[in-house]
Amino acid sequence: MSETPKSSRQKQDFEHALESSDSSVAQFEHKHRSLFDSVQHFLHGNPTMVPVIVLIFSIIIFGFVAGSKFFSPFNLSLIMQQVSIIGILAAAQSLVILTAGIDLSVGAIMVLMSVIMGQLAVTIGIPAPIAIFVGFIGGICAGALNGFLVTRIKLPPFIVTLGTWNIFFALNLWLSGAQSIRSQTLDEVAPLLKFFGESIALGGARITYGSILMLLIFGVLWYILNHTSWGRHVYAIGDDKEAAELSGIRTNRTLIMVYGLAGLVCAIGAWASIGRVGSVSPQSFQEANLQSITAVVIGGISLFGGRGSIIGPLIGALIVGVFNSGLRLAGVDVLWQVFAIGWLTIIAVAIDQWIRKVSS
Amino acid sequence: MSNEIKPVLKARGIVKRYGRVTALNYADFDLYPGEVLAVIGDNGAGKSSLIKALSGAVTIDEGSIELDGKPIHFTSPMHAREAGIETVYQNLALSPALSIADNMFMGRELRKKGFMGKYFGALDHKEMQRLAREKLNELGLMTIQNINQAVETLSGGQRQGVAVARAAAFGSRVVIMDEPTAALGVKESRRVLDLIADVKARGMPIVLISHNMPHVFEVADRIHVHRLGKRLCTIKPDDYSMSDAVAFMTGAKEPPAESAA
Repeated sequence: MSETPKSSRQKQDFEHALESSDSSVAQFEHKHRSLFDSVQHFLHGNPTMVPVIVLIFSIIIFGFVAGSKFFSPFNLSLIMQQVSIIGILAAAQSLVILTAGIDLSVGAIMVLMSVIMGQLAVTIGIPAPIAIFVGFIGGICAGALNGFLVTRIKLPPFIVTLGTWNIFFALNLWLSGAQSIRSQTLDEVAPLLKFFGESIALGGARITYGSILMLLIFGVLWYILNHTSWGRHVYAIGDDKEAAELSGIRTNRTLIMVYGLAGLVCAIGAWASIGRVGSVSPQSFQEANLQSITAVVIGGISLFGGRGSIIGPLIGALIVGVFNSGLRLAGVDVLWQVFAIGWLTIIAVAIDQWIRKVSS
Repeated sequence: MSNEIKPVLKARGIVKRYGRVTALNYADFDLYPGEVLAVIGDNGAGKSSLIKALSGAVTIDEGSIELDGKPIHFTSPMHAREAGIETVYQNLALSPALSIADNMFMGRELRKKGFMGKYFGALDHKEMQRLAREKLNELGLMTIQNINQAVETLSGGQRQGVAVARAAAFGSRVVIMDEPTAALGVKESRRVLDLIADVKARGMPIVLISHNMPHVFEVADRIHVHRLGKRLCTIKPDDYSMSDAVAFMTGAKEPPAESAA
């Protein structure tokens, strides 16, 4: 075996031509891009810029249309207040949508947990902090149930959360007896539940604790998604679940945690919603599920997963708030607010599709 | 012949069934230190299942796998990676929307030193970017302008380069490459073959799965011929021609008695 024929160990004949070939491999060509291409590339790298631009433009336009009333500190803080609950739900929704899923049950989880907190504190008489804590645990469990059904039973997230939406809503009506807990009762028995309705006055602005809570939640989630391993894994799963699995990520475990965390955020939203509404109302926030998806989509997070910044949905919720406030101050009928939001959603998804088509 | 040298990676009688399909039928496998072992076989011979079993992507139904003489039971690719076995999958297993640096460190991110890293799990993005750039430069595979650009904006050859660089950078015992040149042009293929030689020169054994006979015969020290879910024989590229190898793997010719598994 020592007299090895070397013939097969050499480069192929046709490859000898390579020796004289250009040795620069896979360099980027600095070809001149059209303005259109440049915009597309820029947005591909910074998908949150679309909602930011839309927000700035809508503020300018409504500033003209609605006049100085729009820019009053009171009105601006009111917009924050009005979007705070949908904003918090949108934060929860974003986590799930980043994994290429969807959670139709966020609003139902929130209302159910607010009812649980209210019933425990008021009807049963448990101290408010414990009632709130139980609500948080309940939120995690409700979310984890979604995650379990998605990962272990391998059902599509849309179907799972469509089912749990109805289940949680029915439980909510059963626990509450379809009765609200009135504001005065809360004040007497468990004022802590209304904590996030309180506000600090800053000039003419009235900034509620609920608004601050929303910003805080987005800040914490931004940190988790961008600066922890777990956050990067969430993006990787949404991008390509199989690739993430092969890269050694325990995708199912991470997914259950994503749904559980979304449930917890909804439960925190539940506490804030009691402050926002002033009472525990089982009939409130019926459309919150879909409004949260609207905010996420307008915020530039791709429904196909793995793309977009968590800050986007915050901007998205604010855009919806600015449109509603601006159109109302301009004296436009409410139906046109809904009309405008509808178009905005469609345009946002169209832009997302266009950005995703970028190629090198 | 190699009685004194123990295999780095050894499998005996491994079986993998998917429902009624048997992908691995009591297959054996040996990889010796410092060698490039090519695995060839017809479509459906069970090459991919063999590789997935060795890299932890599938759990075997029967049989044993040993790494450095110690039995191992991988139930996830993470286990194989922790044991020092890195795999370049055919589909590359990259996340297209994430950056090159993110992809290279996916599943083994570096945390910041100190308080933030310890208690808040803060990632050390700068260090990861620096290392990713260093690894890519080291292998001379490509010049990338921006380590933070998304993998989907790279060409096919560049993506392959990122996947190979990832495996070469982190593999400590074995590097497995599944069809690394299948999607590449002549020039990029040459780069990958040179890269295989580089990795081998560091003393790292490599398992190379390929359909490309010229590539196999050029870089392999031994060739493992897989047929009908098991190892048919192991041959040396210097002793046989490419057409012999093809004949063995397609069943056109009986394998030589002394090299039969």
